[in-house]
Amino acid sequence: MLREALLVARKDLRVEWRSKVTLGHVAPLALLILVVFAFAFDANARLLELGAGGLYWVAVLFGGTLLIQRAFDVETEDGNFDAFRMSAIGAPSLFLGKSLGIFLQVVLLEMVLVPGIALLYNVRIENWVLLLSAAVGGTLAFSVCGVLWGAMAAGLRVRATLLPLLLVPVLAPVLLAGSRAFETALGVRAEAGWTWTSLMFVIAAVHTAIGLGTFGFLLEEG
Amino acid sequence: MTQVLGNKHMTATPATRVLGVVALVAVLLMALLGLVVSPADVVQGQAVRMLYLHVPSIWIAYGAFVVTSLSSALFLVRSSRRPDGGRHYDRLAGSAAEVGVVFTGITLATGMLWGRVTWGTYWQWDARLTTTVLLFVTYLGYLALRRLPADPRTRGRRAAVMALISFVNVPIVHFSVDWWRTLHQKASLSVGRRPEITGEMYWTLLYSTLAVTIVAIWLIVHRYRVIRLEEMRDEEALEALIASRLKEDDVQA
Repeated sequence: MLREALLVARKDLRVEWRSKVTLGHVAPLALLILVVFAFAFDANARLLELGAGGLYWVAVLFGGTLLIQRAFDVETEDGNFDAFRMSAIGAPSLFLGKSLGIFLQVVLLEMVLVPGIALLYNVRIENWVLLLSAAVGGTLAFSVCGVLWGAMAAGLRVRATLLPLLLVPVLAPVLLAGSRAFETALGVRAEAGWTWTSLMFVIAAVHTAIGLGTFGFLLEEG
Repeated sequence: MTQVLGNKHMTATPATRVLGVVALVAVLLMALLGLVVSPADVVQGQAVRMLYLHVPSIWIAYGAFVVTSLSSALFLVRSSRRPDGGRHYDRLAGSAAEVGVVFTGITLATGMLWGRVTWGTYWQWDARLTTTVLLFVTYLGYLALRRLPADPRTRGRRAAVMALISFVNVPIVHFSVDWWRTLHQKASLSVGRRPEITGEMYWTLLYSTLAVTIVAIWLIVHRYRVIRLEEMRDEEALEALIASRLKEDDVQA
């Protein structure tokens, strides 16, 4: 199953490598979001420093949602899911592979966003281990949830508006936990950053289990 | 639609009419107990009367979402084995979710009014309020997914999976008040814990839960039948369309 998952992830990353959508479109947009937030807060340095963790995760949410949308548009436009159904690749492998592909693309996005908040919002990272752990936990949770809901909206005519409506409420705990954990790592709030980080790993584990069990139902047609 | 569906166009039966009358009487009695018999609270004053609708509403919403999840699980597991393709479970899931959304909305509305009187503001970024509004939006999304034009079986399967995942949010909402110590008061009624209220208020709250439950069951039964009628209308219309097309082909031949 893992070998098949790696095949799917490699295919998705190859498509991304050729199109350069993450680095060429989504990462600049996410940076732009960080800039626009500064307009909203009237470039108040203290407010931006306090809210940096939350703003970071909101930018990840916006950018990541576009990546998920694209990951499924690529499959449905050419009827690739029919090909997957006819191949030996099982639904759990497909779920894991797509999640891994999205995870790596969002990590790439975050590699742009972390320096972004450090430079634009003038924050100092005080606990690198916590920051990286929270980023990994949050991105894992985001990826598995995103793939599940992406499959749910795939192929529907209104998917562009439906996906955010379905995804955001489910990801709200991840946004909350990610923001709190980042605030601790950035030293703006003395809170239980590791507890919030653990919560994100738990959310990721729960949704992975659900995804492995139900992804096949989402792919069936008729 | 009446002509197409014949005698099956009614959503009421003698049994549900009786249930409807019982629900109406139960609500009237609930209003009497909540507004007249039950005393005002020492701390909250008259605002406590809002809780007789607020607390049962969220319990009913939780119950309805449990029904949605169980029906969705049964739909996924048994759809291939049932002659109707498990649509019975799909309809039950949809009708329960609609009622759950309505009662979550009532919970939010009464909670905001209660908050205005007690806290001095309609909205606080309290953990339970926030998670309840997220639950509300989650199930609105579920209902939006159910309404999309797609193959009924494909749509049913996706909605069923979504219902199962959304259900993970229900315990988070209910126990969030214990997880995060915030502004919201502790649950008034809780299994295995001494209730926060006693006497006439306690019994009124228990009775209100029973009355609202009867109303919710009545609503679910009727919504289930409306969904079934909509499906029958669509099927009959499709069959009529195919028949007219075949007739056209015969005439041309």
